Amino acid sequence: MTVVMTKIGIAEVRAAKDPAVLVTLGLGSCVGVCLYDSKKKVIGMAHIMLPSSKEIKNNANKAKFADTAIDMLIEEMEAIGADRKSITAKIAGGAQMFSFKSSNEFLRTGERNVEAVRRELGRHRVEIVAEDVGGNYGRTIEFYSHDGSLSIRTIGHGTKVI
Amino acid sequence: MELNYENLNSMQLDVLKELGNIGAGNAVTALSKMLNKKINMEVPQVRILELAEVSEVFGGAEAPVTGIYLRMEGDISGNIMFLLPMESSRVLLDMLMGGYRDGDEFDEMDLSALEEIGNILAGSYTSSLAAMTGMNIRVSVPALAIDMAGAVLSVPIIQFGHIGDSVMLIETHFSEGNKHVKGNLLLIPDVESFVNLLEKLGVA
Repeated sequence: MTVVMTKIGIAEVRAAKDPAVLVTLGLGSCVGVCLYDSKKKVIGMAHIMLPSSKEIKNNANKAKFADTAIDMLIEEMEAIGADRKSITAKIAGGAQMFSFKSSNEFLRTGERNVEAVRRELGRHRVEIVAEDVGGNYGRTIEFYSHDGSLSIRTIGHGTKVI
Repeated sequence: MELNYENLNSMQLDVLKELGNIGAGNAVTALSKMLNKKINMEVPQVRILELAEVSEVFGGAEAPVTGIYLRMEGDISGNIMFLLPMESSRVLLDMLMGGYRDGDEFDEMDLSALEEIGNILAGSYTSSLAAMTGMNIRVSVPALAIDMAGAVLSVPIIQFGHIGDSVMLIETHFSEGNKHVKGNLLLIPDVESFVNLLEKLGVA
């Protein structure tokens, strides 16, 4: 059976029923949040850009921020049959792509995004079962609905499945 | 109304594009002097793109690129990113230090050479900007990343907070003999600097 791969762009959220593969190409300082309901085989992915919608004036796009995108993703998964009690999470990304001699606060965005995602998932009582975060390199991630596996490709830092 | 690349009038765009042309010309002249070689340059293409679309220029978010990132401070603040496709990075290193590198593996020497190139090109670009506007502009030490285009570009995208933000992409093709390089300079002034820049150029 051929399964269509759906690309999730920056600041997008998508839920899908089995069979489905959700993909994000070239994840840098953003965080890919991958949620899975193993009983209903519903998956969801959010490509999160910033930690908090409360720090920014222009916050209309809820899919951008950790605090609003995760709410949105869980709701979209529930709408197609997922049960939030059986959802688990895998997260990837949050790299620091450049290291400047004088470190500015904005350069820590990767790390801050990861912290915010952990906090928000904790608030929803969603357990993080696996993660591949930090470092100074980009990642392409593919999330499979049939077993909830997340495959991660990099340039020069190997390939893995978590 | 917030002033950004999207809501500029055609005259303002023309002036910024011309600035891109002159800046790119000076940058290539600087490179030519440094190498002491004759470098030919085609007329640069100046385009206004959404940040999220920029990776398409390099063949998609997963395509490997060299990114050199610098911060501008002074009368105008903002960021400059110099982007090279991998093939152009190898050719440029060949021009600079001799010897074509086959793989994606660059050594420390190669990396600092690329950083230095980014520094020179961005530096000569900003000095032409400063000369034309009478503004005082300083440029930070460059930082370098060689990775997927999407990942490298996520840094300016996040910094500007909204993906709808547009940037000016100056695409320059230059060659020395049969060695061709395609370089791309992204100019991303901070929002508050935009008005100032246009005023200084006389098109506010």
